[in-house]
Amino acid sequence: MISLSQVCKRYPGGHEALKDISFTIEKGEMVFISGHSGAGKSTLLNLIAAIELPTSGSIVINGQNLSQLRPAAVPFLRRNFGLIFQDHKLLYDRSVFDNVMLPLEITGFDRSEAAKRTRAALDKVGLLAREKTMPIALSGGEQQRLCIARAIVHRPAILLADEPTGNLDSTYASEILEMFKSFNQVGVTVLIVTHDERLIERFGERTLHLQHGVLAA
Amino acid sequence: MSRHWRTLKVAMGRLAGTPLATLVTILVIGIALSLPAGLYLLLSNLAQASSAFETQPQISLFLRLDAGKEAQSQIEKKLKSHAAVKSFRFVGRDQALMALSASNGLGDLAAGLPDNPLPDTYILSARDSEATQLDKLRLEVSKWPGVEAADLDSAWVRRLNAMLDLGRQLTFMLSALLAFGLIAGMGNIIRLQILTRQEEIEVSKLIGATDRFIRLPFLYHGALQGLLGGLAAWAIIAVSAQLLNFSVASLAALYGSSFHLDGLYLSDAAALLGFSTILGWVGAYLAVSHFLRHFKLTHH
Repeated sequence: MISLSQVCKRYPGGHEALKDISFTIEKGEMVFISGHSGAGKSTLLNLIAAIELPTSGSIVINGQNLSQLRPAAVPFLRRNFGLIFQDHKLLYDRSVFDNVMLPLEITGFDRSEAAKRTRAALDKVGLLAREKTMPIALSGGEQQRLCIARAIVHRPAILLADEPTGNLDSTYASEILEMFKSFNQVGVTVLIVTHDERLIERFGERTLHLQHGVLAA
Repeated sequence: MSRHWRTLKVAMGRLAGTPLATLVTILVIGIALSLPAGLYLLLSNLAQASSAFETQPQISLFLRLDAGKEAQSQIEKKLKSHAAVKSFRFVGRDQALMALSASNGLGDLAAGLPDNPLPDTYILSARDSEATQLDKLRLEVSKWPGVEAADLDSAWVRRLNAMLDLGRQLTFMLSALLAFGLIAGMGNIIRLQILTRQEEIEVSKLIGATDRFIRLPFLYHGALQGLLGGLAAWAIIAVSAQLLNFSVASLAALYGSSFHLDGLYLSDAAALLGFSTILGWVGAYLAVSHFLRHFKLTHH
């Protein structure tokens, strides 16, 4: 499903964020990527989501080599992903419902079917009662759940989460992770970037540990 | 289709959301468009007025008052056999005076004359309407015995037509220049729109939006803006023509003419609206494309 081989990423100015990274994540796996800040976790996620291109090496997602992808094909690749951001990236000029609706609008879904799916996604994260609320009125945890609803509404094959529990207290954090676990159980490949070692221990899933841009054994 | 309809509604909502800015934009576009469109209107009105005159060139051959029957029949014989003359007709001096009395505004003048000052006249149509040929013919016939003078009637119509052509070219150039200016101006307004919606564009791109998807609402915004600007220009022209008409009509009445300014025909107005809509669309397209070309996702 996700396969990296000898991936390097060097930024202009010479900083080498990732060195010779190779790993494969199978379909239906749940994997943590851990490491201190500056270890290259976010860069790795950016490369997988085709937000940045590697300096060398190859990344294959769903059988598609990202380096050989035409720019016009990138949006369609991204539709395989559900992206969950640490800073949520919600749109504050529209309601909770419209935020979740956006991915379905982008893929050109039938309007009434899209509304059904949007409500189902909101129900899954426990925000159905607040569909008409503006995101600014939500708490930090609720905003994170809204971001998750938006990431799963188009039923992506892969969930990519960047520090999804970053700003949350521990009970809230494990609640969110239980949610990811349940998506994983229905076949979604889940990739979670986090620096929270205790959380990783508790869930005991496969973990890729990054240290100064290198994959630790 | 429903996506287009919804996008159009979103664009309308955004225009209505900033009423003052929208109004100013529309007025600026309207004024800029009304300049070449108004000039076009004026020219087409003048062209219509001048087309009422015969544009087939004619030569008026005035006989001397003392030419006599003999000279006249000689002239008539020559005209009949002349290769360059297509046709001619004779206007006797009595007939000419009657026509003068009947014509606009000059009737009083004719009535006040003690006797008829008008000469007998032949009006010739030439076979060849080319200017040098006409002038050659005019010169030749003016030297015949019994002829006082020969005038090329159509000279001033031709001059007017040449000026109208020049005016049309000027209008065309002015329109072309203004079109570029308007594309740049409307594109800039869309650029400002884009800057306020950068977050939305970023998020949309992250979750798989194509450039087409991102572009569409801005294209509608630009096209709508252009259309409204075109409507404003139409209104400006209609009101100006109406206001000018009072003075134009009274001026024309002094010359015994019923000339007045017509407003834009529906087809012209439709062309104006279509043109301004397309300009808005093109401006928006260029602005969004430029933005997307330089836009990089710099998340994390």
